[in-house]
Amino acid sequence: MLEVKNLKAHIDTADGVVKAVDGVSFTIKPGETVGIVGESGSGKSVLAHSIMQLNPKPPTFYPEGEILFEGKNLLQLKEKELQNIRGNEIAMVYQDPMSSLNPVFKIGDQLMEAILTHQHMPKSKAKMRAIELLTDVGIPDPEKRLNAYPHQFSGGMRQRVLIAIALACNPKILIADEPTTALDVTIQAQILELMKSIQDKYGTAIVLISHDLGVIAQMAEKVLVMYSGRIVEKGSVEDIFYHTSMPYTWSLLRSLPQIDAESRHRLFNIEGQPPNLIHPPNGCNFHPRCPFATEQCKMVDPELTKRSANHYAACLLSEVEFKEGKKRIENAEKEGGLKHV
Amino acid sequence: MLHYTMRRILAMIPVLFIVSVIVFMIVHLTPGNPAFLILGEDSSPEAVEQLEQQLGLDQPKVIQYFDWLKNIFIGDLGQSIYSEESVTQIISERIGPTFSLMIISILLTLIIAIPIAIFIVWKRNTFLDPLFLSGSLLGTSIPEFWLALLLVLGFGVSIPIFPVAGYIPLTDGFLSWIHHLLLPSIVLAAVEVGLIARMLRDSMLESVNQDYTKTARGKGVKERKVLMKHVFSNALIPTTTVVGVTIAGLLGGTVIIETIFTIPGIGQLLIDSIHRRDYPVIQGVILFIAFIYVLINLLVDLLYAFLDPRIRYD
Repeated sequence: MLEVKNLKAHIDTADGVVKAVDGVSFTIKPGETVGIVGESGSGKSVLAHSIMQLNPKPPTFYPEGEILFEGKNLLQLKEKELQNIRGNEIAMVYQDPMSSLNPVFKIGDQLMEAILTHQHMPKSKAKMRAIELLTDVGIPDPEKRLNAYPHQFSGGMRQRVLIAIALACNPKILIADEPTTALDVTIQAQILELMKSIQDKYGTAIVLISHDLGVIAQMAEKVLVMYSGRIVEKGSVEDIFYHTSMPYTWSLLRSLPQIDAESRHRLFNIEGQPPNLIHPPNGCNFHPRCPFATEQCKMVDPELTKRSANHYAACLLSEVEFKEGKKRIENAEKEGGLKHV
Repeated sequence: MLHYTMRRILAMIPVLFIVSVIVFMIVHLTPGNPAFLILGEDSSPEAVEQLEQQLGLDQPKVIQYFDWLKNIFIGDLGQSIYSEESVTQIISERIGPTFSLMIISILLTLIIAIPIAIFIVWKRNTFLDPLFLSGSLLGTSIPEFWLALLLVLGFGVSIPIFPVAGYIPLTDGFLSWIHHLLLPSIVLAAVEVGLIARMLRDSMLESVNQDYTKTARGKGVKERKVLMKHVFSNALIPTTTVVGVTIAGLLGGTVIIETIFTIPGIGQLLIDSIHRRDYPVIQGVILFIAFIYVLINLLVDLLYAFLDPRIRYD
């Protein structure tokens, strides 16, 4: 349904061109959930906004690639055609519910705007639909709440309203850009639960962007791991979590806090900073931070290679080398006690 | 909302009290004896003393102040020393021209500034924006009196399509009223347009990249509607403050303009009274201007609540 092919989204800045998304390819099928994980600054949000074509242009530009949605390349559509798709066929839920609703308009107005932008119907009917949507996302007393303003809602309730807005026209794809990052843990679970139930009900495909591997494991079927604007590993949830083939993914997984007593080591962190996206390092982008890096990694930029049926990873290490490396590090850690890599 | 309104109105009281003290002090602590002025330089000391008694000027300042304050409450601002008319009467005769001038110029300002600001934000990534910035700076930097004289020379003398002086009340016909006020209003507006358009542009640009604007675009709303509805309505809140201050500031601005265009308004009255050392009138006019200033601020505060539900429901 949606196919992203070698997409590049670059941003012009005073210091040079930031290669925020640099050659990303993936597909989304109807009803499926694709998770995109990565650190802050890995290009997740720019990628999401590229699909919506909501990156401000300029400074963002797309030097290469295609985003094919039902055969149409979104990069070549006119603004007017994009407006017909946005909110209608592809909708988005945003990171910060506190600031994503317009403070001066009633919830009902903002919800009905989403409906009436794409569907011609009398206002009274749009209001009925708005009440239905608020009921769908679990807002109590929806009829009364239509007349409330955003500041009268809690963060979790606002995110529910934003989900209702996104669902207004039964979109085929729902892009959720860190939908739970700004919410506390109990509310997070509720919102994820809600998104799942909506997917079951309407068969919406979901693109879930998160830096939280736990959320991804819970929700997604397919996972893309992003690093410095590229996909460094992609596959099914099992592939990514149990057959990790790329040191970055492995490091990400290790940096999750563990509850079991056995592995009570100091919380692991990935040394260093994400690379400068204006002048990325030579060779593999991850090599300066990679505990497995070899001389070759500094020279050769790895491409995504097939590891199993739908599992791809961008790493020069062979499976054996990677396994040995992991063992080496884990042993060193045991000896060194609390010391981490 | 009622609570908010009451609070705002109560907040006016101390302000007006302080203003009255200051106004009283300015006039009464400046050198120059009004009794002397009335009677002339070579009047006898007895006559001066008698007049001082009559005017209450021999009383202690505090008593004079409270007498004055007490009279204000019953609408009596005293009597002009010069014409012996009541100050309230004099001011009410002069309100018309000044308010007409203020209303026309502020309408003119808004009619020009709002579309310009929206247009500039619409074309925000083009060369028009820096052009607008220097233009608005130039606009606000032009001295009013200079522009006034230039316009009089251009459209009053060289191409005489506007009268260069005078005032016709609205009751004598709308067209001649506006005909006489257009030139001075343009001068007042020219200075304010740059400021208000700039303020609106800045607030709109701030709002253009806010998350809620992104949400609106994400719904598929047209960019024009995003700007006019979502961005504009939020940018209006900070701009209202500036518009309020501007309207109040126009009262001061009219002093110069009324003098140049010989419009018999409050500004001209103030200048004339200062020349004549007509203390009751000076006091009355300053107090009146301060009152209008505070009143406009109250209106701005109430407008705020109207524009911003977060204040309304506080």
